[in-house]
Amino acid sequence: MGMTMVQKILARATGQASVKVDDVLEPRIDLAMSHENAAIVINQFQEIYKDTGIEAKVWDPSKITLIFDHRVPAETSKTATNQEKIRKFAAQQGILKFHDIRGDEGGICHQILPENGYVRPGYVVVGTDSHTTSHGALGAFSFGIGGTEMSAVWSLGHALNIEVPGTIKVTVEGEFPPHVYPKDLVLHLIGLLTAEGANFKVIEFHGPTIKKMSTSGRLVLCNMSVEAGATSGIVPPDEETLRYLKEEAGVTDKIEMMSPDPDAVYDREIKIDVSKLVPQVACPHTVDNVKPIDEVKGIKLNQIVVGSCTNGRLDDLEIVAGILKGKKVARNVRMIIFPASARIYRQALKKGYLEIFMEAGAVVMNPGCGSCLGVHQGALADGDVALATTNRNFKGRMGNPKGEVYLCSPETAAVSAITGVITDPRKGG
Amino acid sequence: MSIVSKVVFKVGDDISTDIIYPGRFMATVLPSETLQYAFADNEVFNKKLNAKQVPPNSVIIGGKNFGCGSSREQAASTLKGHELIIVAKHFARIFLQNAINLGLKMIICPDIDASEGDDIEITDTEVINKTTGKRFAIQPLPKARQAIVDAGGLIPYAKQRMLAMHNK
Ligand code: SF4
Repeated sequence: MGMTMVQKILARATGQASVKVDDVLEPRIDLAMSHENAAIVINQFQEIYKDTGIEAKVWDPSKITLIFDHRVPAETSKTATNQEKIRKFAAQQGILKFHDIRGDEGGICHQILPENGYVRPGYVVVGTDSHTTSHGALGAFSFGIGGTEMSAVWSLGHALNIEVPGTIKVTVEGEFPPHVYPKDLVLHLIGLLTAEGANFKVIEFHGPTIKKMSTSGRLVLCNMSVEAGATSGIVPPDEETLRYLKEEAGVTDKIEMMSPDPDAVYDREIKIDVSKLVPQVACPHTVDNVKPIDEVKGIKLNQIVVGSCTNGRLDDLEIVAGILKGKKVARNVRMIIFPASARIYRQALKKGYLEIFMEAGAVVMNPGCGSCLGVHQGALADGDVALATTNRNFKGRMGNPKGEVYLCSPETAAVSAITGVITDPRKGG
Repeated sequence: MSIVSKVVFKVGDDISTDIIYPGRFMATVLPSETLQYAFADNEVFNKKLNAKQVPPNSVIIGGKNFGCGSSREQAASTLKGHELIIVAKHFARIFLQNAINLGLKMIICPDIDASEGDDIEITDTEVINKTTGKRFAIQPLPKARQAIVDAGGLIPYAKQRMLAMHNK
């Protein structure tokens, strides 16, 4: 029987000829990522070795990456102290893929991994962050785990008790109409599947529209697959994957390719034609509460956020700059922009986007998660309504359970910033 | 084994980790400290928990997809800190695994129907609502996960495995 992409990856990672759904495996891990929550992982890691007389050493420091992004620069002394503990741990264990709070190499973990070539097709990647699903965009099986589970990975080099997931095959056809983007596609898909529709399953993306899509767009799809409950999203690697890894991530060594078997068995198959898709908006307070823009236009806004691991890349900023050039952000809204990494920030600076943003009245923040997480850098007031290019609109997500968050594409966010209300990008700002 | 208890709180479907443990408290990581922020945005229930008005083994009834959203382990550790039992229709993947790893008691009970104040008995195979007299089957955990529960959580389990790796 043929295997899906993830089944093939898991077979390889366990040295077996084949695996089937619900087999319980302990795959070797190619990359293990944590951010500030490494503070929990370090505590639990030390617990594993406590009273054993064995020195607590990670299984392979070259396969661990640590990135500060959730609260950068630290918003409290407590966070700063956690970060210092992680910094010391990285130095002591010889973890070199460590991205501190820096203007040369910092950024959001799910941007740092792809842009530095840390993820390759066929890898098994785990991260203590639910949006670790993102890296399926490069053909890896990449999924989120908790801190305690990560401590076991650091110790053993394997993930424990992974059940081989079933796969939903999503085939996408058609040309995106103007003003419609991968973000609109994934919001539409989540609305279709619901927040639990892909629980314990992988979403494998196929079709001519995906073939033509940039890695940046694929990252959007895989990033948000978790919002339908998926263990991971994945795009079988192709020419575009090779181009991205070589040209944008600077990979020089040999890249192995892999694809699902033509006779692979899927749990469910979904076909989507994007040629008639309209801009989509996810409404409060669940990501699957998705509506076509017509049904929500005119809603008054207080804050616009562009950024996050979903839509804070250079192509997103380019779209926003194209719209804001020579225009002004409406007086009654605050617009906050977070480039996803320091590299993107510098590229946007060179291209003049940051100047356009500031002249329009937007505030450009340092790369990081910022208000996506609702800890600092843009909390909502009671009753505030936000429109964001981020990935979650749960109650309280932007720091206040009395606020509301709508999710959309960068273009919808930009045109709405000019009008101050949710605006259809097809009708212009 | 059976536990006799009471429903102290009932929530709907898709309860996210942001509701169980808001992101703004994520810098707090020690289980001894995370327990103060359980359902922090629900002032009434959070106050009750922190005033120790909720006895250990009290039951929270959840709907579908309990614990969806972020991988933050604090969402499991805060509930474990109060020694609560979560009975839900089903759980989101990462939360389920975190709960198992930390030893938080949670029961998958696809048809559960109970209200706040109901008396509940939990056996190995079913949840009995003693107030309404209805019985609901428990869906057992996958075998692999049960092995971690039996070891007393992931840390003791990983410790055994690590020692075996070092031939001790
Ligand atoms: S940008 Fe938002 S979703 Fe992405 S890693 Fe940061 S907090 Fe999570």
